[in-house]
Amino acid sequence: MELKEFIEKLAEAIEVEDANILNESTNFRELDEWSSLSVMLLIAFYDEEFGKQIGDADIKKCVTVGDLFNLANK
Amino acid sequence: MAMLKYEGVGITAMAAAVPHTIINNYEYTQYFPAEQVKEVVDKIGVYERRFADADTCSSDLCYAAAEKLLTDNAVDRNEIDLLVFISQTPDYRMPATSILLQHRLGLPQTCTAFDINLGCAAFCYGLSVIYGMMQSGGIRKALLLDGETRSKVYSPKDRRSAFIFGDAGVAALIERDPKFGISYFSLNSDGSRGDLIMIPGGGYRHPSSIETLKEKVVDEYGNIRSDEQGYMRGGDVFNFVIREIPRNIKQTLEFADIGTDDIHYFVFHQANNFINSYIAKKMKLNPAKIPSTIAKYGNTSSVSVPLTIVSELRNSLFGERTLLLSAFGVGMCWATGIVPFVDCKISEIVEV
Repeated sequence: MELKEFIEKLAEAIEVEDANILNESTNFRELDEWSSLSVMLLIAFYDEEFGKQIGDADIKKCVTVGDLFNLANK
Repeated sequence: MAMLKYEGVGITAMAAAVPHTIINNYEYTQYFPAEQVKEVVDKIGVYERRFADADTCSSDLCYAAAEKLLTDNAVDRNEIDLLVFISQTPDYRMPATSILLQHRLGLPQTCTAFDINLGCAAFCYGLSVIYGMMQSGGIRKALLLDGETRSKVYSPKDRRSAFIFGDAGVAALIERDPKFGISYFSLNSDGSRGDLIMIPGGGYRHPSSIETLKEKVVDEYGNIRSDEQGYMRGGDVFNFVIREIPRNIKQTLEFADIGTDDIHYFVFHQANNFINSYIAKKMKLNPAKIPSTIAKYGNTSSVSVPLTIVSELRNSLFGERTLLLSAFGVGMCWATGIVPFVDCKISEIVEV
């Protein structure tokens, strides 16, 4: 999946209203919409979109949207 | 893989008791700002739950439920040969609470009583144990009591668990009767995930001490709890659920040679709204067949499956109904049960 498409789908998954504010270097934890509950939304996103099982530790290692993108493509 | 099969045993009646104190989650703001609370509550879908007072234990809730059950159904207590009490919030470390309940309920000394300490998946295990023992023929009637006071387990200052849990107790009467067809159970364990949901201190691995009782800040968000209060690694738990539960449900349905269309109701452990919606969506289940009590009772651990049956299916279990029970949690352990209900009599919920 290309980065642009990933960002769009990610925005929808974690309930970010405007996908245009996201880019590769965005620190996702600093987004207004981000809360500790967003972790669940992320896990569901990876499961549904990529058939990938990720856990708290995988997410902890990610800081930017780019890191999340790499996690999806690993 | 172990799949259990029983025939000619089933639940003939059920009752439940909840504490009278209602916690309105939007107003549970003594440790967190109201806007933050609103955000959490909206996401997890728990709006109310019941908290037992200081003098009320799980056993008291189960006692009230059992009394209601026995009275409503005119049960001869001398015929109760087995009592199983499920809880991880017992009265004492010893003796087992089931024995104390044998006495409180005026059951004969010939009644076999013991506790099961397992957590959220335990109701299916309790049914399996009782069904198994009853098939040997010697037991006339059995009582399955399941109670938890999780409100006393988790720290109100830890945002990740402060809003989720509630208290309740249920009683189920189990009898042999050819009208019950076959019940199927799959009971599973994964101890490698033992630290996902835990109370670290107060057992024998880390005995109680001044240290274990001290409240500490446990993360970068400022959440506070002691070692003798529970914690949950929410993300890892969710990961575990979406990985194991749909698969186990499918396997159990296959073993029973039953399709989802033949199931009248799917009763899931009431962990949080998001988890259950996700499973339902993933398995393409009809939402009308999925009763829920998460909004008004929260997560009552092992009690949530039977409590949901008592609360939501009170007038829906006349005739023959096939229920699929799915419960998962601390251990980690998980269970799927495909259980026929026939003319199950359900009492009105009692408040304690």
